[in-house]
Amino acid sequence: MHEWALAEAIISTISQIAEREGLKEVIEVRIKIGELQQIEPDVLRFALSQIRTSIFEKTRLEIEIAKAWFKCGNCGNKWIFDKETLDDENADAIHFIPEVVKAYVKCPKCGSMDLEILHGRGVWLEGVKGVK
Amino acid sequence: MADPRLSMIDERLNGISNILAISSGKGGVGKSLVASTLGLILAKRNYEVGLLDIDFTSPSTHIILNMGDLCPKEDKGIVPPEIYGLKYMSIVYYSREHPLPLRGIDVSNVLAELFAVTIWGNLDFLIIDMPPGISDAMLDIIKLVKRIRFLIVTTSSQLAFETVRKLICLLLTSKIPVIGVIENMKMKGSRSVQPYVEEMDVKFWGEIPFDIKIEEALGDVDKLLDTEFSRKMEEISIGRI
Repeated sequence: MHEWALAEAIISTISQIAEREGLKEVIEVRIKIGELQQIEPDVLRFALSQIRTSIFEKTRLEIEIAKAWFKCGNCGNKWIFDKETLDDENADAIHFIPEVVKAYVKCPKCGSMDLEILHGRGVWLEGVKGVK
Repeated sequence: MADPRLSMIDERLNGISNILAISSGKGGVGKSLVASTLGLILAKRNYEVGLLDIDFTSPSTHIILNMGDLCPKEDKGIVPPEIYGLKYMSIVYYSREHPLPLRGIDVSNVLAELFAVTIWGNLDFLIIDMPPGISDAMLDIIKLVKRIRFLIVTTSSQLAFETVRKLICLLLTSKIPVIGVIENMKMKGSRSVQPYVEEMDVKFWGEIPFDIKIEEALGDVDKLLDTEFSRKMEEISIGRI
């Protein structure tokens, strides 16, 4: 997912939470990002700083990158995603649509393309703290 | 806790007046051709049109449109490039010529991702080329895209129409508008599905005869728009959507 699109989505989601919970100020946001998203935390921080509204002025932002793990649907082998095995064009494609990894990565043990993404996909708001 | 992508979907689709899914219970009935041709016909009539192919594992609109090395632009999201007047989005930009085997959860994730990042801007019509059947993509699109309406494609075959009947039943039960049914690849002497469609209280748009010239028009939009198929599509669709 693109950093700017993600930043917009994060601001929009937290704003909805803040409105629902009656928060006047958001003081902490914890975000977990799957490694497959290949989000640059600094770019995301910058994008967030550009589009934030007044309730985010004192927000402390924690970004955690979750390692990507695969499991082979054929032989059951589990392994860790290694971006270095991909060329730049394929890595870029995965950045936008992470499931596209299934077009470019095969099980290193049996060669199957039937991969399950066990961890490291998606973006999740793990926690939002604020002042009412 | 929360998936932030989902909060963006309504906003991304805000500038679109009509969202139309082209769907069928069966594959091979001509959904992608109907979706692409309808888009091209509307674009030719100066409507702002987007075409989104969500048949992620077996996309084909890129072949019909001869996408070539077209690529989306990045501008705070993904901006679909234009081809023959259509803003065109497909997973093929990213999966290219490779097979892309996806399980249900993957399909749900790709859908959420695409709707969250694609910047369509203002459109009169967004046409969505659906995968066949009533599994994950269908259930997700009903959930994610409010205001969606369905145009159903079938052939005369009992095998196709039986699945279409179930699809229509699902949509009507879910209170999703079905704007019509097109009977494609009609052969002389074959039974018409019209009475069965009307029995379900759904509009029957018409029959499109089997057009042997379609195959050689794939990838050549000018040729495609000059086929009997396109002329009939235009005749039965304009004024109805």
